[in-house]
Amino acid sequence: MMTMNRALYFRRRLTNYVFVGLSLAMALFGLVWLAFILGALLKNGISALSFSMFTEATPPPGSAGGLSNAIFGSVVMSLGAVLLGTPIGLFAGTYLAEYARFGKLAFVVRFVNDILLSAPSIVTGLFIYELVVTHMGHFSAIAGSLSLTVIVIPVVVRTTENMLLLVPNGLREAASALGAPRSMVIKLVTWKAAKAGIMTGVLLAVARISGETAPLLFTALNNSFMSTDITHPMASLPVVIFLYALSPYDDWHTLAWGGALLVTATVLTLSIIARLLEGKKRT
Amino acid sequence: MTARVQTARKAGAGDTRFRILTLLAALAVLGIFSGVILSLVIGAMPSFKAFGFGFITTEAWSPTRERFGALAPIYGTLVTSLIAMLIAVPVGIGIAIFLTDLCPRLLRRPIGIAIELLAGIPSIIYGIWGLFVFAPWFQLHVQEPISNAVGDSAFFGTLFGGATFGIGTFTAGLILSIMILPFISAVTRDVLETVPSVLKEASYGLGATSWEVMWKVCLPFCQTGVVGGAMLALGRALGETMAVTFVIGNAHKISPSLFAPGTSISATIANEFTEATSELYTSSLIELGLLLFVITFIVLACAQLMLRQMEKSKGKVT
Repeated sequence: MMTMNRALYFRRRLTNYVFVGLSLAMALFGLVWLAFILGALLKNGISALSFSMFTEATPPPGSAGGLSNAIFGSVVMSLGAVLLGTPIGLFAGTYLAEYARFGKLAFVVRFVNDILLSAPSIVTGLFIYELVVTHMGHFSAIAGSLSLTVIVIPVVVRTTENMLLLVPNGLREAASALGAPRSMVIKLVTWKAAKAGIMTGVLLAVARISGETAPLLFTALNNSFMSTDITHPMASLPVVIFLYALSPYDDWHTLAWGGALLVTATVLTLSIIARLLEGKKRT
Repeated sequence: MTARVQTARKAGAGDTRFRILTLLAALAVLGIFSGVILSLVIGAMPSFKAFGFGFITTEAWSPTRERFGALAPIYGTLVTSLIAMLIAVPVGIGIAIFLTDLCPRLLRRPIGIAIELLAGIPSIIYGIWGLFVFAPWFQLHVQEPISNAVGDSAFFGTLFGGATFGIGTFTAGLILSIMILPFISAVTRDVLETVPSVLKEASYGLGATSWEVMWKVCLPFCQTGVVGGAMLALGRALGETMAVTFVIGNAHKISPSLFAPGTSISATIANEFTEATSELYTSSLIELGLLLFVITFIVLACAQLMLRQMEKSKGKVT
């Protein structure tokens, strides 16, 4: 009897060690990939970084150049998407959290929004292509910006709603008791209380779209020259990285790595700032 | 008196206006969703008229002969996602278990953030890294040894045999698994934290090991949430575009070997859309997009429902 118990005890301990070890190994597995990717990115990207990358436009193969037009295009299109998407997302999130928390319509909107949040981004590109590009007759920065807007909105809606739900009801009731109409309660009290959280959502949305490639491929297309005309095709960093990385030219590969480092640095910095904002809110 | 009434009326009107504004924004979300479906359906019409349901079951894809079938891309999408799930689900859950219960408190935050960074890296970066760094390494150190080892064995020989290129269906699946890993571990961590501590304490009190507490108490408790998280990740994997486009090899055929190049729905669209010259070609690509949207919609809808149910039951049990 005693020996059997000891055997059982030993087996259970052993299983425990094995699985604890396995889960440690899995965490390491994840970390190794991160190191592998960031390492390769730094190794290939830093040597590609140069001052001319920010001042010169994308070159034809074999000559020197930079990514200035792509950087400009990315900034312009992302900015447009955020300026358009944030108010819509903010208002929709407000509707869900403040006006129709338990309504049927709110349920449907919430459901659809969460689907859009994870829907394939290439599909948004197709949608804007059908909606804008075919009607305009050509690719344009406007179309690119709109397809990014479609990605911004669900992110902002989700975070806005979540953050507003964290605002204690006592605040709303107190403001209402002072005679403030609902819109005033929202604008002056709950929005203010949730400000840091909502900002986080916007930053996360910017982080998300600054690396998006698929929706831009057939909306904004690409442009080898510096262009400020938003009704015409415009270059963007991710699309240039895509095209240059798949090209057969070595100097284009170098530029693609430089661009990749730039995009990753931007995205990760934004996510970290967002995280810090969120962390400040919590403590 | 009248002035005050006027102010009140004005405030009232502003109030209604604001309410309507938020309602319109909420409806805009629905509008975008139905717009996506509608535009894809309209865009896919010519192709649907030409090929009907045969579109889904035909493998041939020949722009020059205007014959389009979606079987190879559908196969590629499903197989790469399957490979990704087979790797990412156990690993993601393992990481979540490690971070909730086993990791020293001091390391919990840094490791958690590092894993989340994997989700922050844009998909194009996975693509360029996969093509230039990972694929050559994988070809030399993994594919060739495996391919040599399996040799002519009937099952594994077909699955892992053939020429090794570094890029291909398996590489795409592997990179996808790294990309969806943080989603699975994040959701699993969240739901694991909903397990009431009395449940854990009771089982520890009965002498259970940490593994037994995790496997027999915590995971069954939040089963629905974990499955929901996995479905969410699957939805991501199915629609992932850029990383797959770089490394899958873009061959419109179904190969029995996982190391052979293939294609996926999203990769086909990304590669060929701007080159599609005829209406039927464009329309076929849009129909592919519609198929992708429908598949991901079903998967994501299931994920939503499961996670919602988890949220609801959370209130009941505790």
